Amino acid sequence: MLLEGKKLLITGVLMDTSIAFHVARLAQEQGAEVVLTSFGRTMRITQAIARRLPAPAPVIELDVQDDEHLDTLADRVGEHVDHLDGVLHSIGFAPQGAFDFLGASWEDVATAMQVSAYSLKSLAVAALPRMSAGGAVVGLTFDAQYAWPVYDWMGVSKAAFEATSRYLARDLGPKGIRSNLVSAGPISTTAAKSIPEFDQFARWSEHSPLGWDVKDPVPAAQACVALLSDWFPATTGEIVHVDGGFHATGF
Amino acid sequence: MARSEQEILEGLAEIVNEETGLEAEEVQMDKSFTEDLDIDSLSMMTIVVNAEDKFGVRIPDDEVKNLTHVKDAVSYIANNQG
Repeated sequence: MLLEGKKLLITGVLMDTSIAFHVARLAQEQGAEVVLTSFGRTMRITQAIARRLPAPAPVIELDVQDDEHLDTLADRVGEHVDHLDGVLHSIGFAPQGAFDFLGASWEDVATAMQVSAYSLKSLAVAALPRMSAGGAVVGLTFDAQYAWPVYDWMGVSKAAFEATSRYLARDLGPKGIRSNLVSAGPISTTAAKSIPEFDQFARWSEHSPLGWDVKDPVPAAQACVALLSDWFPATTGEIVHVDGGFHATGF
Repeated sequence: MARSEQEILEGLAEIVNEETGLEAEEVQMDKSFTEDLDIDSLSMMTIVVNAEDKFGVRIPDDEVKNLTHVKDAVSYIANNQG
């Protein structure tokens, strides 16, 4: 099995449509032990959804805007697993105001940046005491090379997120820890539904050589599992596109 | 064995009580989740997930927005229960 004996920290499991849910499911099926994070009122949803996984998974609280949560993360993870082989970052949020590019306030943009980009660094540093050589950090992005319809400051946050992964790769590389991202095509998750006019992305499939199903989070999850495994030992700072090939082709 | 609408109502009222603290007797067929019971979208998600598990049904996201009143949820569950 691809992740035999691995211990993983997985953020971002909200509903069973979440990409992170499928990463957790596939990881367990591939032999991993999984600890989930959630926060605040969503804890109860994550706990209920966790019961739909093939094996039990504890849920610990992590609000990436809360320094105490971050400072105590390694200890609290240690109550469930003695070390971590991998961490999945599947966290993003922007206030509604951030989806109005010219009108957005700095306050809204700052929140988007902190939760959606800086949190990759915060999470990696918080988990680091439990990690060692061979470990992997994997995150989920939405291709930040382009200015998309409606994505606005979330898109700018994703550009910062992608840069953050490259700098993490630089600074964690000497410890033997990799940082890679999966750039998924649009997927109709709970997170996506909070993006205004998400429907505009439905035409993604027409321009993807392999086609694209916005309702299928599994291909992105499979790529995350592969990057968490030992089968990308010399790959870091990379962005793997799981988008039906959309990024590679013009009209 | 299929549950009656009354049994579903009682089960749903328990779930609503656990999530919101509302007395189970408040959860009546003619009540609106948002307007009468003051349940926000996050609580509604929790209630839906717990109802799915309790009653063995799947309530797709697209369906949830149609379940404005308690009776809508009860009849959806009654018609789709496993």
